Amino acid sequence: MPVRTVLLGQGTCCISAGAKQISAALREEIARLDLAGTVQVKHTGCRGFSQIDPVVIIEPEGLLYSEVKVDDAPEIARSLLPQGQPIERLFYRDPVTDRAIPHHRDITFYNKQQRTVLKNCGYIDPEEIDDYLAVGGYQALRKVLSEMTPEQVIEAVKRSGLRGLGGGGFPAGRKWEACRRVPGDEKYVVCNADEGDPGAFQDRSVLEGDPHSVVEGMIIAGYAVGATKGYVYVRAEYPLAVKRLGIAIAEARERGFLGENVLGNGFGFDIEIFQGAGAFVCGESTALTLSLEGARGMPKPLPRPRTTEVGLWGRPTLLNNVKTFANIRWIINKGAEWFASQGTEKSKGTAIFSLTGKITNCGLIEVPMGITLREIIFDIGGGVPGGRTFKAVQTGGPSGGVLPEGLLGTPIDFDSLTAAGSMMGSGGMVVVDEDTCMVDLARYFLDFTQKESCGQCSLCRLGSVQMLEILNAITEGNGRIEDIDLLIELGESVKIGSICGLGQSAPNPVLSTIRYFREEYESHILEKKCPARVCKGLISYIIVSDKCKACMICLRKCPVEAIKGGKKEVHVIDQDKCTRCGVCLSVCPERFGAVEIIPGREVKIHG
Amino acid sequence: MDKVVLKLDDLEVMANKEDTILQAALDHGIYIPHLCYHPDLKPFGGCRLCVVEIEGRGLTISCKAPVEEGIAVRTEGPEIDKMRRVAAELLIVNHYSECLQCARNTDCKLQDIAAYIGIEEGRLQRLKRTARDLPLDDSNPFFIRDPNKCVLCGICVRTCEEINGVGAIDFAFRGLDTRISTLKDKPIVESRCESCGECVVRCPVGALVPQNMRKPEREVKSICPYCGTGCGIYLGIRGDKIVSARGDRDSVVNKGQLCVKGRFSYDFVNHPDRLTTPLIKRNGVFVEATWDEALDLVTAKFKEAQEKYGPEALAGLSSARVTNEENYLFQKLLRSLGTNSIDCCARL
Amino acid sequence: MTNTVDEIAGAGAILVTGINPTESQPVIGYRIRQAVRNGAKLIVADPRRIQLAEIADVHLQFKPGTDIALFNALAHVIIKEGLQDQEYIETRTQDFQHLKKMVEKYTPDYVAKITGVAAEKIITAARLFAQADSGSIFYAMGVTQHTCGTENVVALTNLSLLTGNLGKPHAGMYPLRGQNNVQGACDMGCLPNVLTGYQPVHSDRDTGTYWQRLKGAVSRQPSAVSREEAGADSSVIESIEFDEPISLNMSVSDTIRAKFSRAWGVELSDVPGRTIAEMFHYFPHRRSRIMYIMGENPVLTSPQAELVREALEDMDFVVVQDIFLNETAQYADVVLPAASFAEKDGTFINTERRVQLIRRAIKPRGDSKADWEIIQELANRFGLNWNYSSAEEIWDEVRELTPHYFGGMSYERLDAGGLQWPCTAIDHPGTPILHKSKFARGIGQFSTVEYRPLAADATDEDYPFILTTGRKLYHYHTRTMTGKSDGLNSLIKEERMEINPQDAEGLGLDAEDTVKVTSRRGSIKSKINLTDRVPPGLVCMSFHFAESPVNVLMNPAVCNMSVASGLKSCGVRIEKA
Repeated sequence: MPVRTVLLGQGTCCISAGAKQISAALREEIARLDLAGTVQVKHTGCRGFSQIDPVVIIEPEGLLYSEVKVDDAPEIARSLLPQGQPIERLFYRDPVTDRAIPHHRDITFYNKQQRTVLKNCGYIDPEEIDDYLAVGGYQALRKVLSEMTPEQVIEAVKRSGLRGLGGGGFPAGRKWEACRRVPGDEKYVVCNADEGDPGAFQDRSVLEGDPHSVVEGMIIAGYAVGATKGYVYVRAEYPLAVKRLGIAIAEARERGFLGENVLGNGFGFDIEIFQGAGAFVCGESTALTLSLEGARGMPKPLPRPRTTEVGLWGRPTLLNNVKTFANIRWIINKGAEWFASQGTEKSKGTAIFSLTGKITNCGLIEVPMGITLREIIFDIGGGVPGGRTFKAVQTGGPSGGVLPEGLLGTPIDFDSLTAAGSMMGSGGMVVVDEDTCMVDLARYFLDFTQKESCGQCSLCRLGSVQMLEILNAITEGNGRIEDIDLLIELGESVKIGSICGLGQSAPNPVLSTIRYFREEYESHILEKKCPARVCKGLISYIIVSDKCKACMICLRKCPVEAIKGGKKEVHVIDQDKCTRCGVCLSVCPERFGAVEIIPGREVKIHG
Repeated sequence: MDKVVLKLDDLEVMANKEDTILQAALDHGIYIPHLCYHPDLKPFGGCRLCVVEIEGRGLTISCKAPVEEGIAVRTEGPEIDKMRRVAAELLIVNHYSECLQCARNTDCKLQDIAAYIGIEEGRLQRLKRTARDLPLDDSNPFFIRDPNKCVLCGICVRTCEEINGVGAIDFAFRGLDTRISTLKDKPIVESRCESCGECVVRCPVGALVPQNMRKPEREVKSICPYCGTGCGIYLGIRGDKIVSARGDRDSVVNKGQLCVKGRFSYDFVNHPDRLTTPLIKRNGVFVEATWDEALDLVTAKFKEAQEKYGPEALAGLSSARVTNEENYLFQKLLRSLGTNSIDCCARL
Repeated sequence: MTNTVDEIAGAGAILVTGINPTESQPVIGYRIRQAVRNGAKLIVADPRRIQLAEIADVHLQFKPGTDIALFNALAHVIIKEGLQDQEYIETRTQDFQHLKKMVEKYTPDYVAKITGVAAEKIITAARLFAQADSGSIFYAMGVTQHTCGTENVVALTNLSLLTGNLGKPHAGMYPLRGQNNVQGACDMGCLPNVLTGYQPVHSDRDTGTYWQRLKGAVSRQPSAVSREEAGADSSVIESIEFDEPISLNMSVSDTIRAKFSRAWGVELSDVPGRTIAEMFHYFPHRRSRIMYIMGENPVLTSPQAELVREALEDMDFVVVQDIFLNETAQYADVVLPAASFAEKDGTFINTERRVQLIRRAIKPRGDSKADWEIIQELANRFGLNWNYSSAEEIWDEVRELTPHYFGGMSYERLDAGGLQWPCTAIDHPGTPILHKSKFARGIGQFSTVEYRPLAADATDEDYPFILTTGRKLYHYHTRTMTGKSDGLNSLIKEERMEINPQDAEGLGLDAEDTVKVTSRRGSIKSKINLTDRVPPGLVCMSFHFAESPVNVLMNPAVCNMSVASGLKSCGVRIEKA
């Protein structure tokens, strides 16, 4: 019997950091040292702490080795010998205290989290159903089928207070109940795994790390609403998730959890995977449904029947997100009351965020609802690195709002975020620091969303482009002061007038940055300055004469010959010629640091 | 049909229960701006112009919202106007503006909307015009597709799918690049398109216009002369020529629908090859003749042969193209001349 | 047609066979597609993968000429599974047992061997059709233009009766008319044996073989659709498809002749006339000596056109009355210029029996005249003293002489949108659906028709391909009208014979090759279109182009009942030209 288990994350992120090669090397070393009988190497999903990937964990000790390389494999293998010692140099070092932390349970990134949906990610082998069964997998399904009526299941989901974790936050139990109530013997359960936000990866992580939890949730949902067929609409860009989910479905079928007669109960349910067409808007329920049917994914305008009434192929359809389904087993196993005891009054359970941007600990986190933004960013995330100052955080994906420091006390829940001008959305969380220009940030996100507009509604298609054009003009120094009000007018019209969530939220980054950082817009327009020194049209590169050593490097490298000077003659940038390409800054030796960016285009030449 | 009573602005109206608010309003002479709504098609809800407010419930799109007993609907108001105006201005500012050069001039829904909203030059000037210079598709001999004038109302797409079931076109691409396209973006003539022109008829702007069709001075109601369906048509006449045709929406047979032949193919009527004078073959060559010469000759020959071989020497082949009256007279003539040898091409 | 175009979109199930409506009757094609969108089950029975086959629930791609076996197999499955409308059968039909016995041997497996259609597909189709609330059957020349054309229709009618689909909405039989006024030409008595409204002109004194065949033929002639027994209750029309040969009562036809004689002021012959096939092909000794051809182009439309040419050349005198100098006019001694539809008033009768007004929109070109004016001038040269001053006057005479069909159809009423016959009185609303409460004969007749292998023009070593014909969306008939449209000509420039790529490869043909197509009667040239719309072994051409006059190849053998020619298939050989 193995006495030790080496857990090695094999998510897409881990693999891109070299986890595959490490695994091969480790196994080879273990075999070479004849440890195969006592040490088991287990592939798991990602543990979420992307910053320190690839991670190797040794259980039962709970040792965590961070940023492991292939070359470390022999040493790790040797440490597993009876006389072996932990490898201190691979311990995670707290970026704040710089203290080495041997055990994963002591790492703040983990111990401030509350992992429910992600609990198994990083612990079980997602391609082994027995691993899932060993941690209580499919117990909820057994319980539901043997002890509960569909109504009781729905009642439990309702009591739990679980809300849709795809971003909308619609109470899951009510949705299930609505779908159950619609008459019809042909209904569908659809799992939305079309994670279109390029900055979010929680759905992918769950499917890669714990696919059975989603499968189990879907089967229970099928039983509850009276459906016999489920579809998982997953991004084609997630091949590993598709593969693991496919294995999970096949295994579940083999073990009788799926099929015509689930667990001999007479209830029939099966799941099919559908790979999406890669459109952001297909995450919207009606667009997703159309896409599943083989049509162009375009959201259907309100008023229209709900998907629970007229969904896939016109049949009643329950559509929930990956994370919503993954929560179900916990509600059944631990009880609705247990679930409801977590989180806030109106938002129960946990929330998952992909924490990225100017943040020390970037990665995937699961936190109880109600935790504040500050706790996430500074406690779990470790704050802004490099001694920079926190400026804002954007939540909810490309169309989320941007919240300033003053709102860091905002608790994480559906309603508070919306009230503050942002949203839960896709669960993206991007931290920006003082070097980020808010106008440019708004422009960046809007550029993404306007390209993803399905084009059917005039306000979203044309309005967002119009706003983008105005933002472009502002960042290029061609803004007019009345543009700010025009942006607000357009943004509000697009928000109220667009068909779907994409259009309705696309103006959020613009409106929220105007709301909280209006002075930056005004600087761009009135002073022709980009205070964060980002917008090319509104900055200047200068050479600080005190620091310039007249080394000629920048002078030679400047592609437009804008730098004057000579040997032993301090260099000066001719601002009329300068194209602000930034070459001078990048070539100026770090020890000199003579090139600087300053806001604005009216440069006084010093000395 | 069940009726409901609702309030539209200050007017109390009775509407069919199945109607949408927009239909009820239009039926009662209340104009709500709309671009993507067409009475023949399922509502689309894309243009966002037909927004109204149901009191106590907020804004909704009237082309999709069903009427309900007792609701009070406002078709104008500050919030409605704000959103509608922005939507209209966005469409107008992005639209080709040389109206006089457009075949749809004076018959354009966008012009109607502009007139209703009332264009404020100053407001339009704040917006940026996004230049688009996409190539025209004139591959079909009967109509031109101009994507630059397209407002993406989707009426053509729905017409092709819902009316004719062809589905030759659909929305393609995303964002500002969104346009109506054939499969693989090929010229329309290489698509499944059957050239029926139903989309051309319904296009609210100049994005789909007929080629070589001129505005008629007057119209004459008739029946299509091609297949046996018997579609009702209106022939458009200018001077002494047929210059257009359109389906008769009141016809129970075709309800306004036509096929490519019925809509676009009347060249034969004015064709120079038409026979305009009787011809008599002399020495193997046709020579123009007067009616008297021709008919006298026919009479003489008929009589001669019938005298020689008996009345049955004469046989007539009647036409599936001419009128009943003419077919009737044809068989009446032959039978009056003593022969029953009359047939038509019913079996061919 | 027993029902209306308007009802199509609401049909429960639709069987389409021997017709390609999306090309030949496009607006009806749209409606069928609409019906499918609305949930109708669509069954396409056609050797070719016509467009509708792409949206069909089942496509029964049978070998040409095996129609009857297929239809009988559908009846077999319906009866075997008890899907027939028993109440309807008991109250409204007779001889069900005969049918039941006859179709017994047409098991799906047996018929699969004959037709090449999988047994499961036959079963599925039968169920779809029989289990729908309503079922309509669309057919046309593809069914009738066979030597067994009439039997084909009988077999289809059996299906319709079996499922209780005659006489109710969204159901019925839809024999689609290819030309704007075929229905009218027949209804107006432009047939050798009947006057207006199918009133028989002949007596049964003539008992020669010619007459007997004709009697059987015309009475069961499918494209004549309906016939009214004179003197019967005029509001009820019987459907001809399942009619027994008429047993005419001499007094009836004598009365009719007397009525017309009185009205017209002439004595009428009681000798039935020749059919079109007979005018040209048969009985050379009885061929007519003079042909008066109005608005037709038999040189291109008749089978084995060489015989038609010969016959026309052989005639003493040929008069052609048309709007263009068409291929047939080349054989004329006198050509009379006629006005087009846009240059005159009058009525057409569409495929759903609807009489509709056309109105003069422009003046006739040059010296041309409306056909009715020309005929009247001719009549008066024979001293007939006609004096019609308008089309309406002529129509009123038709109404008077054909009250059981058109009595109630004044121009004034027709102006409001047309009326469907029978419309017997000025307050009669017209008849959208035939056989609603009962059939003219009182009872619907099941008839037994057996499948016989196609003998007339089978394939063999010398003629290994089956050639069939069809129409194209962008042209009409012999292109006398559509050929004048530059637009249509640009869309389809020339004939392209459809041939399966597999066959083309076997023959070493490239896409741009021209082929010589030879039948037992002649040969023509055509370009080709490589397409899997036709299965291997089958090729398809249209008769639109004079340069590729496909009917030259066709067999003039006629349906022994309807005298419709076997224009739909013949054995051919294909070579690179």
